[in-house]
Amino acid sequence: MWLRVGAMVARYMYLYRRSLARSGEVFFWPVMELLVWGFLMTYLRRHMLPSAIVWLLGGMIFWDVLYRSQQAITLSLSEDIWAKNLINLFIAPISVFELLLATCFMGVIKATITILVLGTLASVLYAFDILTIGAALLPFMLVLLLFGWALGTFTMGLILRFGKAAEALVWGIPFLVQPFSAVFYPVDVLPQPLRAGAYLLPSTYVFEGMRAVVSHGTFDIRTLGIAFGLNLVYLGLGSLFFGLMLRIVRERGHLSRLGME
Amino acid sequence: MPDTPAISVELLTKRFGDLTAVNGVSFSASKGEILGLLGPNGAGKTTTIQLMLGLTTPTYGDITILGQDLRRHRRDILKRVNFASAYISLPSNLTVEENLTVFSRLYGIRNGRRRIGELLEQFEISHTLKQVTGALSSGQITRLNLCKAFLNDPDALFLDEPTASLDPDIADKVRTALGEIQRERGVTMIYTSHNMQEVETMCDRVIFLSRGNIVAQGTPAEVLKSARSESMEEVFIAIARNGALKDVAEAEGD
Repeated sequence: MWLRVGAMVARYMYLYRRSLARSGEVFFWPVMELLVWGFLMTYLRRHMLPSAIVWLLGGMIFWDVLYRSQQAITLSLSEDIWAKNLINLFIAPISVFELLLATCFMGVIKATITILVLGTLASVLYAFDILTIGAALLPFMLVLLLFGWALGTFTMGLILRFGKAAEALVWGIPFLVQPFSAVFYPVDVLPQPLRAGAYLLPSTYVFEGMRAVVSHGTFDIRTLGIAFGLNLVYLGLGSLFFGLMLRIVRERGHLSRLGME
Repeated sequence: MPDTPAISVELLTKRFGDLTAVNGVSFSASKGEILGLLGPNGAGKTTTIQLMLGLTTPTYGDITILGQDLRRHRRDILKRVNFASAYISLPSNLTVEENLTVFSRLYGIRNGRRRIGELLEQFEISHTLKQVTGALSSGQITRLNLCKAFLNDPDALFLDEPTASLDPDIADKVRTALGEIQRERGVTMIYTSHNMQEVETMCDRVIFLSRGNIVAQGTPAEVLKSARSESMEEVFIAIARNGALKDVAEAEGD
């Protein structure tokens, strides 16, 4: 199994090594985002509460972990659809689980690079030290990675089912959860009816936790348990949805069409 | 006791809503046989191949490949079969070596590097090893796809129009290489093509499909005899226009 998963990871790494546009995507957009938010923070710091402004940069960096993790799954499989390579993969003796696992590893690689690059730049340029989050940094990242995988699996299910017409969802789906994840503001800013919904998202606990750590130096560790529990539910649902979509496209003959168009 | 067929299809049916793409088709291919699956566009050839690869699930019917039921043992079967088509590709932004390395690992090939070298040499594209796939000519890409298809030394191979869009020289080279490998290894091949001359040269037996039904089958000579024709091209045209195998001379008179 690991040889096959490794083969797929190598396949995606070859792509990033060879294509400046693809590898630039790991660095370019996160760095551009960091610059915009960083300069905004510098400006706001002069006029507002400095500690509160730190939330923005922390939120932006953590959001990118979730976003890159979701993108790793959806872009990896989309690359094979665009390259007309999907059928070659589906007739190789690799299971769908192994295929998804390989894309999840790509998520880990991308998210790690993102946090290293952004963490270093934020420290050098804006005196924001992501390590002040302390021991919670790794579990926070893990919650976001797992939620990114769940969203990625769900998105891929939609792309399998609806084909190229659904490709915009590769970039769009994460932004459906962003407003309710309280990335840049506390949950209590949301209207009352939306707050309960916000707490159904694992990402919300990370962003709330991060703000708690920055403000008080501590956070309620039980919320991490809830976030991991929710992730299990979403990963399960995402996998079921992907499996269902795969079954439907096999029944309707769409898999071959998607692989040849 | 007769040999178990390498590929056996029983009453295979695929319906997409009201459309019956494959209608109760049964056939088999022996070990080492090249079986041509022929017919006009929309006859059901590609759907039949996709069903045999498990890319599409049948509405009804059984598929047995290399003695194993496809529904229950798909992954085991996939280790021993392969597929090449003019309509699918390997990623254009990876080099030939990278693409073949990825697939040699997916198929768990020992000595993958040596196997890749042998195949590239057999298909006369060794010099492309370090080249980016997107920079290859269409003839080289076809041969690269065939290298991928032979990586796992398959016992059964599905070839969907492997020589489509190739110039006559390259198409001839591809046919020669396929013939050599088939003779050396006794690979069972299911072969689709619209080039009837090629079919006569390559295939031991042919099956003509029309609107999802088998309308003629046998060796090329047998099919020509039943159609009272001297050319497979004429047989193809008669089937495409009439939906059934008629005496070609009679069909021309219609």
